[in-house]
Amino acid sequence: MTSATTAPELSYLENKVAMYRSQVALRRFEQRAYDLFLENYVKGTSHLSIGQEAIAAGVAAAMRPTDWTFATYRGHAHTLARGVPMTPVFAELMGRANGLMAGKGGSMHLTSVEHGVMGSYAIIGAHLPIACGAAWSAQYRGTDQVAVCFFGDGSVNIGAFHEALNFAAIWKLPVIFFCENNLWMEYTRTSDVTAVANPAADRASAYGLESIIVDGNDADAVFEVTSLAIARARAGEGPSMIEAKTYRHGGHSRADPGKYRPDEELAEWLLKDPIPLYRSRLVEMGVSEDELLLLESDVDAEVEAATNEAKAGEVPGEELLFQDVWADGSGSWRN
Amino acid sequence: MAQLTFREAIARGIAQEMRRDESVVFLGEDVGAAGGVFKGTVGLFEEFGPVRVRDTPISEQAILGAAMGAAMTGLRPVAEIMFADFFAVCWDIVANEIAKSRYMTNGQLTFPLVIRSGNGGGLRFGAQHSQSVENWAMMIPGLKVVVPSNAADVVGLMAASIRDDDPVIFLEAKALYSSKMDVPDGEIVDTLGSAKVLRSGTHATVVALGAMVPKALAAAEELASAGIECTVVDVRSLVPLDMTTILREVSATGRLFTVEENPRLCGWGGELASIVSEEAFYDLDGPIVRITTPHIPLPAADALEDLAIPSVERIVTTIEKSMNS
Repeated sequence: MTSATTAPELSYLENKVAMYRSQVALRRFEQRAYDLFLENYVKGTSHLSIGQEAIAAGVAAAMRPTDWTFATYRGHAHTLARGVPMTPVFAELMGRANGLMAGKGGSMHLTSVEHGVMGSYAIIGAHLPIACGAAWSAQYRGTDQVAVCFFGDGSVNIGAFHEALNFAAIWKLPVIFFCENNLWMEYTRTSDVTAVANPAADRASAYGLESIIVDGNDADAVFEVTSLAIARARAGEGPSMIEAKTYRHGGHSRADPGKYRPDEELAEWLLKDPIPLYRSRLVEMGVSEDELLLLESDVDAEVEAATNEAKAGEVPGEELLFQDVWADGSGSWRN
Repeated sequence: MAQLTFREAIARGIAQEMRRDESVVFLGEDVGAAGGVFKGTVGLFEEFGPVRVRDTPISEQAILGAAMGAAMTGLRPVAEIMFADFFAVCWDIVANEIAKSRYMTNGQLTFPLVIRSGNGGGLRFGAQHSQSVENWAMMIPGLKVVVPSNAADVVGLMAASIRDDDPVIFLEAKALYSSKMDVPDGEIVDTLGSAKVLRSGTHATVVALGAMVPKALAAAEELASAGIECTVVDVRSLVPLDMTTILREVSATGRLFTVEENPRLCGWGGELASIVSEEAFYDLDGPIVRITTPHIPLPAADALEDLAIPSVERIVTTIEKSMNS
């Protein structure tokens, strides 16, 4: 049995404040990442999840440190929410040697095994069966670890999605498939290319699973529904699929201004921005404005310090080029 | 010493490793009570039970995804892809995920897994169940590619592949499944990346792989009676590639012939020819000649398939003609 790392018990309200801080940190990290892209510090591509932070924060809060996250190429938030520090993530985006993977993976492949972040996958749907494999390993070894696999609404029409759902169901694997439905599959409205209204939830019954839909802009709701699914998985009751309704405030990737979306739709979802909504909830519950301002300025300082540390990182050296193709650390394919 | 068929050797190799290591598990289509469609894993289900030997649906992406996820979290899975042609429906998991994730994560993840698959022609199955796909696998950085040619090597190379911490594509020539040989008793563990010299001659070096190895040996026998003495090298593993042995044997005879079942373009022999040209050019006494399946889809009819895949006769006449010109 693997036991969870013991964390100090937090009160009900402290947990909520922590979940708020997580959302603010994810938002401000990504806003800074966007600025760094405009300043040409971040090269290549990046996919921001601004507007979807309640999901990463809510799910991570429901997980134990020994559980596993499988993320997509839109995975900055899911990586950070598991406790990975900002500096190596910024540095990875900038292609520096102090990056999370020393610059060898980039924005789309963030991985931190020590935090249970078992990779970010950039081929749509590929990681659903891989998460099944981790869950199978937990089941086989008799641990109570669970795998949580995030994917977007665009993933539900690829074969790997369907293979993984059936596989997890027949083997009763401890895996939670978590669909972040932000309504847009890259540049196309998902409902225009999908046979059912709820792209993930409406498929659940085909695999003998319950249809679960949650407000993805409410971290508490996400936390609750995920906690139930994880408890089921730990108890040996098999997989769950959750579909969370949410919205990305920006475009698909860094090159996309997202102009294909109607202004009124964006405006409507900006009103449902999870962060101010959660902040108001905390104020109603008695958290002081001073405490929240302090928390927010603390996050700003963290972002600033991490940006500077990442920028100060070395450019990766040539020795990394051939390193770790193979398990012995080498890159040699012949003698 | 017991006489084993190639297919019995597969089960023996896997069983040997499953007995010594609880983390070794086996999954695939029809691999449980059915023992595999080629009967390559008969007895595993009976000995190790349904928890360690698991039947899967016809879902190749799920099979290999599960193997990958299990490998990165502490197991040593052996996964079966029934026909190597079916790699085409799960190549993302092989080429994009399994092969690259160790490098991309800067060594955070390790993938000790084996994907075994029935490879190649000779069984009149037609174009979608007969391909030799070793060149598909060889071109992807991050994959090891092992192709045994006889039952004894199957046991030892299977064991070595399972113990290896990297992903191994283990291709079993379907045409050899019924071939038999004496295999020593007891534990056998071979070494990946070691070619074997099966016959020594002074005139030409013939390098072959998988089902082409017995044909190359038969051809060498015939050529010897015509006065051409050939060295025959069994490559056994394309990655890692034992160029030390191959270069030594080519330099000794001054001639290189490759015998490849894969279609001609981008076959492994092209890579060998390139390396030998660069590193042993001045030891060559004549052109490097590749004997391959032509660049065509494989036909089903026995008469046509036999024309396509290198035959003993084609190997003999090609080498004779080249040596005498």
